[in-house]
Amino acid sequence: MISTALTLPVAVPLLAAGLLVLLPDSTGLRRWTAAVVSLGVLAFGVVLLVETADGTVVHQSVGGWPPGIAIVLAADTLTALMLCVSAVLVLASLAFAAGARDDREPLFLPLVLMLSAGVYGAFLTADLFNLFVFVEVMLVPSYALLTVVGGPDRWAAGRVYVTFSLLASTALLGGVGLLYGVMGTVNLGELAGAATRETTAALATGVVLLALAAKAAVVPLHGWLPRCYPATRPSVTLLFSGLLTKVGVYAIIRIYAVVFDGTGLGPVIMAAALVTMVVGVLGAVGQPDMRGILCFHMVSQIGYLLLALALFTERGLAAGVFFLVQYVLVKAALLACAGVVEHTHGTDRLEHLGGLSRSAPLLAGCFLVAAFSLAGMPPLSGFTAKFALLLAAAAQAEYLAVAVAALVSLLTLTSMVKIWGAVFWGTAPDGVPGGDAAGPRTPPDSAPDAPPDEPRRTAARTRARPALLAATVALAVPSLVLGLFAEPLLTAASTAASGLIDPTGYVEAVTR
Amino acid sequence: MVTAALAVGVLTAGGVFLVLRPGLVRITFGFVLLGHAVNILLLTAGGTDRRNPPLLGHGDTAEMADPLPQAFVLTAIVITFGITVLLLGMARAHADWAGAARTDRADGEQAGRHRGERQRPRPRRADTESPGSPDRPNGGGRGGEPHPREEGDS
Repeated sequence: MISTALTLPVAVPLLAAGLLVLLPDSTGLRRWTAAVVSLGVLAFGVVLLVETADGTVVHQSVGGWPPGIAIVLAADTLTALMLCVSAVLVLASLAFAAGARDDREPLFLPLVLMLSAGVYGAFLTADLFNLFVFVEVMLVPSYALLTVVGGPDRWAAGRVYVTFSLLASTALLGGVGLLYGVMGTVNLGELAGAATRETTAALATGVVLLALAAKAAVVPLHGWLPRCYPATRPSVTLLFSGLLTKVGVYAIIRIYAVVFDGTGLGPVIMAAALVTMVVGVLGAVGQPDMRGILCFHMVSQIGYLLLALALFTERGLAAGVFFLVQYVLVKAALLACAGVVEHTHGTDRLEHLGGLSRSAPLLAGCFLVAAFSLAGMPPLSGFTAKFALLLAAAAQAEYLAVAVAALVSLLTLTSMVKIWGAVFWGTAPDGVPGGDAAGPRTPPDSAPDAPPDEPRRTAARTRARPALLAATVALAVPSLVLGLFAEPLLTAASTAASGLIDPTGYVEAVTR
Repeated sequence: MVTAALAVGVLTAGGVFLVLRPGLVRITFGFVLLGHAVNILLLTAGGTDRRNPPLLGHGDTAEMADPLPQAFVLTAIVITFGITVLLLGMARAHADWAGAARTDRADGEQAGRHRGERQRPRPRRADTESPGSPDRPNGGGRGGEPHPREEGDS
């Protein structure tokens, strides 16, 4: 019954986006449409989660074509979890964009809807060529979002981002082509275990994985992320953070589990994971602003996800899935905090800020919860995730990984404390908390040739709008809830993990 | 087969060279070449020895070309075309926004600054009209508008 509706998360947002471009220019109409559509996807994701809780795989051959020809969409617990968390993130960034008035740009909300349709499609598809198409559907609106509503550095950032993403997409398409040439199919189900049987298939899939690693910002292919994400508006960074790289990670996990059967690349993935963790966290040290620091930590956290994949045990993957879900929300909460600071103070550079714990206690509370969760302090969700991951790594006698992961957590905490000390404690540089607007304007390293209308840095110091704070609180609270009541999500994560360890159910559903 | 491999190699080399050059227009042409390279690769993936049109009832099925890679290529061409338009739109919008010369010449800074100054009054006025809000419906948005439109079409 529900299987016939699997196309809806893709079709409805795309249709809504198209209609919104055609309909008269009304911000209210666009806001409500986008919110309703995203709520619908969230509801669909929850239904899917219930439906797949016992390990069944919901699947649909689009158009009713016979197996082998049809485009197959499939959803198991992992897909359902990703759908839910993505929809929550889209909703939060819609609220944030409304609060920041970013969505008055006529094309903003249609672009967000298109992007989310691509993300949902990439989670649902069981066909590598369609994965490429959905990744493109997701990326093309992101190019436009980055350059249409970006900050003053958007052109430089946009060029790096677009060029790098396109190169990765070209490599992805090339990999898919090679795989078709070798195996004669791009259906994930028919490719199951192919890489363990044929070296050529393993090589072709390797190209696909490499391209996806570039999209997931795995070191050494990470350079674009910390350079581009901070250059756009906070609402857009918020949206990108939880969706774009996570699609890459999701696809890597899925393809490695199905095509490689989880064997063969363990040491490579482990090395990439450890290097990614360390480089990301060290890169954050040199950043002068909140979003810059947070974006480097994004790279670092991808390492934890890869660590779970490298272990490829049921416990490790369950911890990884739990980590992925809670981390999307935690990182978004942190970026939302940075965005609120930027909107109320005109900058998020550490040296221009101070004393916000007194002038904005609610914001400070949200930041504290999310930051401690990111670093992995009990009783927050990040602790549960990292603790489970470390236990799983220790069970496989990967003591180096355990040591590195623990050390990186500590360094993450240092970074968070640095932000806390600079932004929320102490006094504002002007002496008055939230002092005058002259201080933080135009940092010396901003683009010298940018026109003087720098939207990011000239905002007057006002109180944060309720929608901004609401979005931030809504993103921070789950961290506490998931930390204290981790059981339901852990159960779902274990179901997802056993589906990855033994993909027979998925493969049968997809090839049937 | 060898011809196809050579073509893919040459196109990829040219494409990568152009993408690594400064200037968005060169990068655009680089991606056009890379797109061609991947399209040939996809076509080759279906086998190069069977070339008859894949229509049932029109000859021996063993002689027919594999239609699936052709469908892939069609999709890829559409995407590449959309991307090309998007990139050119970006190049154009950037040129409008910051001054014509910056896109392609590093030494065009002088001209860029000149243009930038002439454009200043408009954004400033927008700023004073709504001091509390950092968004700016005109200005940058105007220059950036063309490409997402094109996007929706493709």
